Amino acid sequence: MLTPQSEAELAEIIAGASGPLCIQGGGTRGLAIDGEGLSTRGLTGVELYEPGALTLVVRAGTPVAEVEALLAAENQRLAFEPMDHRGLLGTGGEPTIGGVIAAGVSGPRRIQAGSARDHLLGVRFADGAGQIVKNGGRVMKNVTGYDLVKLMCGAHGTLGVLSEVSLKVLPVAEASATVAIEGADLGAAVAAMSAALGSPYDVTGAAYDPEKQTAFIRVEGFADSAAYRCRRLVSELAGFGSPRIEDESAALWRGIRDAAAFQGRAGDIWRISVKPSDAVALAPRLQAEALQFDWGGGLIWALLPAGTDLRPRINVPGHAALVRAGAGTRARLGVFQPQPGPLAALSAGLRRQFDPKGILNPGLMG
Amino acid sequence: MEMPSPNPAILARKARLAERLLAVLPDDAVIQDEAETRAYECDALTAYRCPPLLAVLPRSTQEVSDILRICHEEGVPVVPRGAGTSLAGGALPTADCVILGVARMNGVLETDYGNRIIRVQTGRTNLSVSGAVEEADFFYAPDPSSQLACAIGGNIAMNSGGAHCLKYGVTTNNLLGVTLVMMDGTVVEIGGAHLDAGGLDLLGVICGSEGQLGVVTEATLRILRKPEGARPVLIGYDSNEVAGACVSDIIKAGVLPVAIEFMDRPCIEACEAFAKAGYPMCEALLIVEVEGSPEEIDHQLGLIIEIARSHNPVELREAGDAEEAGRIWLGRKSAFGAMGQINDYMCLDGTIPVSSLPYVLRRIGEMSQEFGLDVANVFHAGDGNMHPLILFDANKPGDLEICEAFGAEILKLCVEAGGCLTGEHGVGIEKRDLMLHQYSATDLEAQLKVKDVFDPRWLLNPAKVFPLAVTEGRRTAAMAAE
Ligand SMILES: Cc1cc2nc3c(=O)[nH]c(=O)nc-3n(C[C@H](O)[C@H](O)[C@H](O)COP(=O)(O)OP(=O)(O)OC[C@H]3O[C@@H](n4cnc5c(N)ncnc54)[C@H](O)[C@@H]3O)c2cc1C
Ligand SMILES: Cc1cc2nc3c(=O)[nH]c(=O)nc-3n(C[C@H](O)[C@H](O)[C@H](O)COP(=O)(O)OP(=O)(O)OC[C@H]3O[C@@H](n4cnc5c(N)ncnc54)[C@H](O)[C@@H]3O)c2cc1C
Repeated sequence: MLTPQSEAELAEIIAGASGPLCIQGGGTRGLAIDGEGLSTRGLTGVELYEPGALTLVVRAGTPVAEVEALLAAENQRLAFEPMDHRGLLGTGGEPTIGGVIAAGVSGPRRIQAGSARDHLLGVRFADGAGQIVKNGGRVMKNVTGYDLVKLMCGAHGTLGVLSEVSLKVLPVAEASATVAIEGADLGAAVAAMSAALGSPYDVTGAAYDPEKQTAFIRVEGFADSAAYRCRRLVSELAGFGSPRIEDESAALWRGIRDAAAFQGRAGDIWRISVKPSDAVALAPRLQAEALQFDWGGGLIWALLPAGTDLRPRINVPGHAALVRAGAGTRARLGVFQPQPGPLAALSAGLRRQFDPKGILNPGLMG
Repeated sequence: MEMPSPNPAILARKARLAERLLAVLPDDAVIQDEAETRAYECDALTAYRCPPLLAVLPRSTQEVSDILRICHEEGVPVVPRGAGTSLAGGALPTADCVILGVARMNGVLETDYGNRIIRVQTGRTNLSVSGAVEEADFFYAPDPSSQLACAIGGNIAMNSGGAHCLKYGVTTNNLLGVTLVMMDGTVVEIGGAHLDAGGLDLLGVICGSEGQLGVVTEATLRILRKPEGARPVLIGYDSNEVAGACVSDIIKAGVLPVAIEFMDRPCIEACEAFAKAGYPMCEALLIVEVEGSPEEIDHQLGLIIEIARSHNPVELREAGDAEEAGRIWLGRKSAFGAMGQINDYMCLDGTIPVSSLPYVLRRIGEMSQEFGLDVANVFHAGDGNMHPLILFDANKPGDLEICEAFGAEILKLCVEAGGCLTGEHGVGIEKRDLMLHQYSATDLEAQLKVKDVFDPRWLLNPAKVFPLAVTEGRRTAAMAAE
């Protein structure tokens, strides 16, 4: 395993490499790339943290847990609520902030606060030729040239290895409260979640558990205000089931974030992103063993028998990724959904430009 | 401002080009009369002008695709245009280019309140997107001050923002999908009504690419339900430092206002003389606005006022009703008009980390003495986006040049303080030659590689965003290949 201790060393290793590199943060993803391991674990530490400006600049290999602890001490957080995949995937390791950004990992609050890419202000990375590139910066607004920051977020290390990321952080809400609507089928739940998200009550989470026939709607903010908004939601959503105020909010949303309902259950796990209202007709078509819905119905987690290709069953615009499967299935189906021709050509063109030797996570992302 | 000289071979092909375009477009969509093309000779950066070879005003994605395919075959540069309100010269034509204006493409294609999206053609104005969903109490969040005029296409190309983006983000945070026509006429759909698309985030790089990667003809935008209410408070201080400290303390306290605006003394004086909003005469004025239910507004304003008091303000005025709220905003909203009354001015757009606000303002004051030109400052303080307005006399020979030199120094100062050259107006031709102050040659090269993929022949808006010297090789290679 190559473990550079500085950005310069990272650049040197990549410049000198001639074969495939398997880029790893904490390795919680359990990547299966035939290539020499290149770990960012040596690139740790906080470069700058200004709570009064809501900005954090940190090296990519820094554990997410360290970042979260640092922010918590100032009563701030990563508002995009990145999930922890270890339970779902049964992996060990220590998730890194670079891995979260490279994989574009966001949780339930994505629907209100935006996703990882919406909170990423700047990057430094080494491209496939070993050149150090910076883009963006540490201010909230920046339209100076092309926004490669977004491009790097979710590129899974195929365009470059991140050495440093600059993030927008947000204050922790004083209170968090949840309305549970029991006795709702999927149709009623999506309608209820959509009504809640279209209300002025600033909902920061809307998920549905079909096994419990319960939709959960979260509001956050100052305690009185959160309580007030919960009361309004309970009365306005009465037509969709039996709404009541749920007590245990934090653990509930951590479970939704990490797809806890599927942990320890055998089978493949798919993650599907569609327009929320499409979820209702799509769900039965998936013929899944179990389903979970987040983002008002727009994010569907599906558990299927090992080796099933789910994608032909999806007849609406959207995107599906194979999050957990055996190596054979992953190799056969690919983790990411193939893109339509012209888009695939653009993506391939970008990869050739940023990684002319074709050594950064080859085979990943199509 | 140096622009590449027009290609005589293209100028000579004007008639043939017009003929080919007229074969696929209705007569009224092709403008070739010199008097009429003059309407497209500049955007809101009026110091530079050049009428285009032709202007075309398509009505559909198909027409845009036909136009681009023909221009691609003919090797003619194309400059996309929305409403022409760019302040950076982003839509400035060259004599050998075709201006492709999307203004006639202004329809609403779909509104879907359940999924909280609207799909529009990109010639639609920013304000009329909100207008289309207002009956249902929804709105489109990004709110540039030019929102009455500017088009969604221009907003996407410039990644525009406004006073409320501290809470709601800028265009890129509210854009879910686009229909993009590439220079060779290929139409691609990127993203859509679902939240996270798979693959590389091409949507993210299209947004803010200043019309250089493709022409955006349709857009899927996030719409939001209007909050129950909003109310501002006005706070005056006798020093920029203290006002800056107050801003950070508000943010640190966990209150997230929708807007924090900051005006310095010259700006306060000018606005007051113009709008008579009843502003106090002091060094720094903050307008902080919060949103929510009446109780939530009371609670947040309570916290803000407590923080503001702890810094000993010279004035603290809470809006009791809509009329008072209107008066608080009146002066700020007329800032640009007020300055225009006093003098000609150049409006800059840089960003800085909020913590360096006092330092940057002090340096600007010193530089103002050195250059002999007055400056007034108005800021979106919550996100560090500053708009220094440099006053000059356009009729006085040499004043514009001094003003430009001074402006460049201020933008360099922003970068040196940890900020950037432009927070919302874009680079265009205006800040093109400053790019190497913020980015290294390698950093810029990485951006140019993206352009190579989308527009390998360098025909879309070619002499913008990057210093001419940096792109020269690519542009001449492209021209030689024609
Ligand atoms: C099979 C599988 C599929 C997944 N699919 C998704 C998904 O579709 N969407 C999603 O949001 N999350 C997905 N995840 C989860 C996500 O990868 C992790 O939650 C997160 O990346 C944890 O960080 P890490 O440091 O452990 O990352 P790792 O597991 O070490 O790496 C994650 C990815 O990022 C790359 N990477 C890591 N560090 C860097 C860096 N500094 N610069 C550049 N690239 C880097 C890796 O090559 C890899 O592609 C998936 C996980 C697994 C196991
Ligand atoms: C008084 C005033 C106040 C302003 N206030 C703000 C503000 O608060 N915030 C802010 O962000 N900006 C502001 N601006 C700047 C300007 O309004 C924005 O940049 C706006 O987004 C430009 O939109 P437009 O439709 O006028 O674009 P244009 O000026 O026509 O074009 C701007 C750029 O976009 C490209 N473009 C246009 N349409 C398309 C398309 N369909 N496809 C691809 N590329 C395209 C052009 O090539 C050009 O590079 C202000 C301008 C003025 C005059």
